[in-house]
Amino acid sequence: MTAVLAAATSVDLAVFAVSAVIVLVGAFGVVFSRNPVHSALMLVMTLFGVAVLFVAQEAHFLAVVQVIVYAGAIVVLFLFVIMLLGVDREENVAAEPLRGQRPAAFALGGLMLLLVLLLARADNWATGAPSARGVASGPGENVEKLGRSIYTTFLLPFEVTAVLLVIAVVGAVVLVRRPASLPENTPGDEDGPDSSRPDQSRQDQEVPA
Amino acid sequence: MTVDGSWYLILAALLFTIGAVGLLIRRNVLVMFMCVELMLNAVNLTLVTFARMLDDIGGQVAVFFVLVVAAAEVVVGLGIIIAIFRRRADATADDLHILRG
Amino acid sequence: MEVLDGAWLIPALPLAGFFTLLLAGRRLGDPLAGWLATSAMGAAFVTSVVMFGRLVSMPGEERRHVAKLFTWVPVGGLQVDAAFLADPLSITMALFVTGIGTLIHLYSIGYMHGDERYSTFFVYMNLFAFSMLVLVLADNLLLSFLGWEGVGACSYFLISFWFTRQSAAVAGKKAFVTNRIGDFGFMVAMFLLFANLGSLDYFGSDGVLTNAHRLPTYTASAVVLLLFLGACGKSAQLPLYVWLPDAMEGPTPVSALIHAATMVTAGVYLLVRAAPLLVEADPAVTMFIAIVGAATALFAATVACAQDDIKKVLAYSTVSQLGYMVLAVGSGAYVAAIFHMVTHAFFKALLFLGAGSVIHGLHDEQDMKRMGALRKWMPVTWATFMVGWLAISGVPPLSGFWSKDEILAGAWGRSPLLWLAGVVTALLTAYYMSRQVFLVFYGQERWRDDVTADKGELTEPEPAVGTPAGDHGGHHGGARPHESPWVMTLPLVVLAALAAFGGLLNLPFSSKTLFLEHWLKPSFGEAAEHHVLGGGTKIGLGAVAGAVALAGIAIAYSLWYKRQPQENQALEPDLLKRAWGVDAAYAAVVGGPGRLAAAWAAFTFDKRIIDGAVNGVATLVRGGGDRLRSVQTGFVRNYALGIAGGVVALLAWTLARVGL
Repeated sequence: MTAVLAAATSVDLAVFAVSAVIVLVGAFGVVFSRNPVHSALMLVMTLFGVAVLFVAQEAHFLAVVQVIVYAGAIVVLFLFVIMLLGVDREENVAAEPLRGQRPAAFALGGLMLLLVLLLARADNWATGAPSARGVASGPGENVEKLGRSIYTTFLLPFEVTAVLLVIAVVGAVVLVRRPASLPENTPGDEDGPDSSRPDQSRQDQEVPA
Repeated sequence: MTVDGSWYLILAALLFTIGAVGLLIRRNVLVMFMCVELMLNAVNLTLVTFARMLDDIGGQVAVFFVLVVAAAEVVVGLGIIIAIFRRRADATADDLHILRG
Repeated sequence: MEVLDGAWLIPALPLAGFFTLLLAGRRLGDPLAGWLATSAMGAAFVTSVVMFGRLVSMPGEERRHVAKLFTWVPVGGLQVDAAFLADPLSITMALFVTGIGTLIHLYSIGYMHGDERYSTFFVYMNLFAFSMLVLVLADNLLLSFLGWEGVGACSYFLISFWFTRQSAAVAGKKAFVTNRIGDFGFMVAMFLLFANLGSLDYFGSDGVLTNAHRLPTYTASAVVLLLFLGACGKSAQLPLYVWLPDAMEGPTPVSALIHAATMVTAGVYLLVRAAPLLVEADPAVTMFIAIVGAATALFAATVACAQDDIKKVLAYSTVSQLGYMVLAVGSGAYVAAIFHMVTHAFFKALLFLGAGSVIHGLHDEQDMKRMGALRKWMPVTWATFMVGWLAISGVPPLSGFWSKDEILAGAWGRSPLLWLAGVVTALLTAYYMSRQVFLVFYGQERWRDDVTADKGELTEPEPAVGTPAGDHGGHHGGARPHESPWVMTLPLVVLAALAAFGGLLNLPFSSKTLFLEHWLKPSFGEAAEHHVLGGGTKIGLGAVAGAVALAGIAIAYSLWYKRQPQENQALEPDLLKRAWGVDAAYAAVVGGPGRLAAAWAAFTFDKRIIDGAVNGVATLVRGGGDRLRSVQTGFVRNYALGIAGGVVALLAWTLARVGL
């Protein structure tokens, strides 16, 4: 709790309040929307709110990255998949087939919140030396400080995550690759037999040798 | 220059809880995934808050990596979902119950 | 190289005989198998003599040597070695066991001649000798127990040697089961000693005898009582004597060796060996032991007065004499007990072998009422039997007088009532033994048909007790009785000499003649009691004992010498014949309530409670598993709930640790 800047002004308070509202409304929206597309859009709202909070905390680079990567790429990816697979049908949110799931979920959620809040009040946490990784405050741009830390102290994790990204992409390509014999259409467009079964006519042609 | 850190922490806790409850309640796989994203965001918020409170850039570095890994995770997860949905059009999380005892 | 280290040879030689005969006995056959067995025993006897010689050459206090062969049971706190103890007491026992054993083996060569399981007999006899020697030479309780069980097993084998006869098989079982009750006592005594003293060795730094004084009185009393229970089983004392008369189903050499000279003395040996423990026990315990001994002696003597079977008289006589030995132990006269054990071994073995000779000579007749006037026909047997008779009756100067007198003196020192019981028993002993002598060797030749015709029992009797099944035929009166071959009469002569002069071992005239007492002193330590009876008292008691013996003989003479047996029916009431109904009582208890208890234990307790518990556990587990199975719903979201629950638990725990 060191090096906190000057006391909060009323503008800061307003910004925080509004952002908090945006975040929470978006979160509720994600959870309680019946349509998945609505959920995705609500998620975008939450992400924007969080980005504003990042800015308010002097984490400028992260705010930008949040908007570009999270809201701009990841949620878009979500939407692509939703549209592609046609799962924008509405889910019956009212009914819950698993017995006791809902009450248990709410109870556990409530407990979790309570406990975390209580924990947050504790003041005997062990923390490490900040200078090992660099100070967040002080002269210099946030980007510069972040970059310096990443490319020196955290170089190895950086490289590893880069590799991770490559692997993820390759993995995704492999996962969605169709086997050669299958026809090039999605199951969402058909209301006939399961598309995973190969076309009958094709097989018949191949049999006589 | 900004609000006391504990407010951010409370907000983050709330966000996390909402995400957790949503994960447990919803059946649609994609919405469950989005709830996971909510939780990750809550964590990110917490990390940035602590980076400010403790004056340590390490918190923001952590968020950086969380972001990257979350992206990778989403890519792979959605790939899996697509692969599943090829088979059945209306797969939900409850369809996987062969491990029933 | 210490000579006494070779003590292990003493039991090993009969063991080697056992194995050889086991493998090649059948091929060696009759009589070679017998000679082999006898040689093994003879060699063991020679070894014992050598050990004895070595011990004698050592100064008194050093006469104790342990020859360890190997570590037998090295388990944590329990260290038991296969080790043999050579000290005066054990070597004395070894000497007379091997000595008399050799004589009886020799006798058996002739007695068992013609039996189809000839070599098997000697297999068992050698095994028995091995077990008995292990028992007396062991240096710890566990090894002794091994020998103890071994002699019990061999007793079973040998009693039911002619197992094709129902009564023999039953008798063997009875002996084994009754002995088992005693074994239980021995075992629990061992457990107690180990628990309290941490060792089962006799001597040594943590030996139970050297450390007996460290036991609290009640523990020592418990141990002594339990050991006494064991002794009651093995040495046929009052509640557990029932197997010994029935054991006469076995061949006569077996009766002589096992049930007169050796196995039955094992119980007395155990008690004498445990003298330091007896001293530590409550005096009431030793008084109890003395009372049981006196009661047994008296009881058995009364029964012996009414028995017709020549071996049964001797069997009850053995029980009675064992009672004397136990009386001596209870009175603290350990040397007297050993002295009587030795002299009794001499004359009882002599009497049994003589009886066997008579049976053999009369072609397996055992009913004394059908004998008579054998003095003319079997002179050697007659002469030696007379010596045995005088010895057991306690007529001075034969050995029996001196040893019995010592016991009576010890009993007097403990309580005059015990002494009185002993004196009455002595009277009865003289009486029934004389009765036996007069019936068998004097009177009329009732074994001739024309004499037995008067009794109206001309029907062909079934083979008598102790008859080899299907051998010798069993013709009565036709053939004349004949004297036995030299292999049978030689042991008789040797034993007669020993019975006559055995008293020299421990004459009470002066300290110089008390050889046995001095010899055995190192084995007892401080436990050896010194009878401080005045010279006058001793002579008085001795005179009474001698007078009583002569009186008994005189009574028997007047009743039995000239008269016909059937005139004396009144002297043999049925109650005495049936041993006061003890056997019938046991059968009623075991057959009735005993069987009920066993049935309850088997069907109710075992089946319902124990099996129920075991099956119940299984059912419980299965039920629990069934119920727990419902946790595995298969739904991922339920499992996610579980994860959330775990997180909550972790948070709660952290909170508790942090302390909010």
